[in-house]
Amino acid sequence: MSDTTATRAMEPSDTVFYATEEPHPENGTLLGFWIYLMSDCLIFAVLFSCYAVFGTSYAGGPTASEVLDLTGVAVNTAMLLLSSITYGFGMLEMAQGRRARTLLWLAVAGLFAVAFVGLELNEFAHMVAEGAGPWRSVFLSSFYALVGTHGLHVTFGIVWLATMMVQVGRHGLNADNQRRLTCLSMFWHFLDLVWVGVFSFVYLVGVLR
Amino acid sequence: MSSTPEDQGYQSDPRYLHSHEGAQEPEHGTLKGYLTGFVLAAILTVIPFWLVMGHVIESDAVTTVVVLALAAVQIFVHMVYFLHMNSNSEGGWNLMALVFTLIIVVVTLAGALWVMYNMNTNMMHLPPMRAETLLHR
Repeated sequence: MSDTTATRAMEPSDTVFYATEEPHPENGTLLGFWIYLMSDCLIFAVLFSCYAVFGTSYAGGPTASEVLDLTGVAVNTAMLLLSSITYGFGMLEMAQGRRARTLLWLAVAGLFAVAFVGLELNEFAHMVAEGAGPWRSVFLSSFYALVGTHGLHVTFGIVWLATMMVQVGRHGLNADNQRRLTCLSMFWHFLDLVWVGVFSFVYLVGVLR
Repeated sequence: MSSTPEDQGYQSDPRYLHSHEGAQEPEHGTLKGYLTGFVLAAILTVIPFWLVMGHVIESDAVTTVVVLALAAVQIFVHMVYFLHMNSNSEGGWNLMALVFTLIIVVVTLAGALWVMYNMNTNMMHLPPMRAETLLHR
């Protein structure tokens, strides 16, 4: 009897009428990471809701159209989109097993992300200097909470990217590093996706309200 | 008994097909796919910025709807071309988790806006005198 279930049961006469083991994918990491991203999505949903409700509660302070700089946001959006596409190029090189080119594209993606965070911090500093800090009104509190949470995600993404570059440099593109880089690519593209919501809803629609 | 009909049906089920064939190859996409996604995303970004910064449409309400609709399209583009979402990835569970999340997101956003709008219109605009009498009735 070549049936594995019976062999594992050790007793040939023992007939099993139920599934002894649930079928499961061998590589559950990517699905698990996706579910983490979905939970992250819920955090952003709550922050978006806050901004949607409080976005016009200026408390006599500066309004959205007075403090939000659309030109700066357009540049920032370009930085993040370029970072996303260059990370994608890195993944294509990873699939080909070319370590040096993978590292090169990852470095380019990382530099675009650093530029994004730098420009965002610069924007925040300007706003605070103009008296539009998060303490001024509930509109600004919800603005900083949402945009700041996204910026923190990008910052931690950069830390993760730098870690992965060291890992790939030391150990090459082995199975573990490929899996980790795939998770990071999901994180990276997911943050660009959330940013689409941020620049559309917070900045463009915010200025119109 | 090397393979019963049940075994074959189980093996050919697309959801479980990869579970006994070693690790599934992660989806990396193609250069063409990434470039298509990039061009679409760039176009879908330039249009809303142009609409708002150039004051192209008279009505702010219409502009708002158009900007949000373009954002929804762009999010879809990102999912397909950058995150390589399709109904088969991870045996369909990726899509299941996404659909569940979208339902929660819509309930959260729409519910918050709806409830808070009603609160604002029904409760906020009492003159101070009227509020006083209501409180101490």
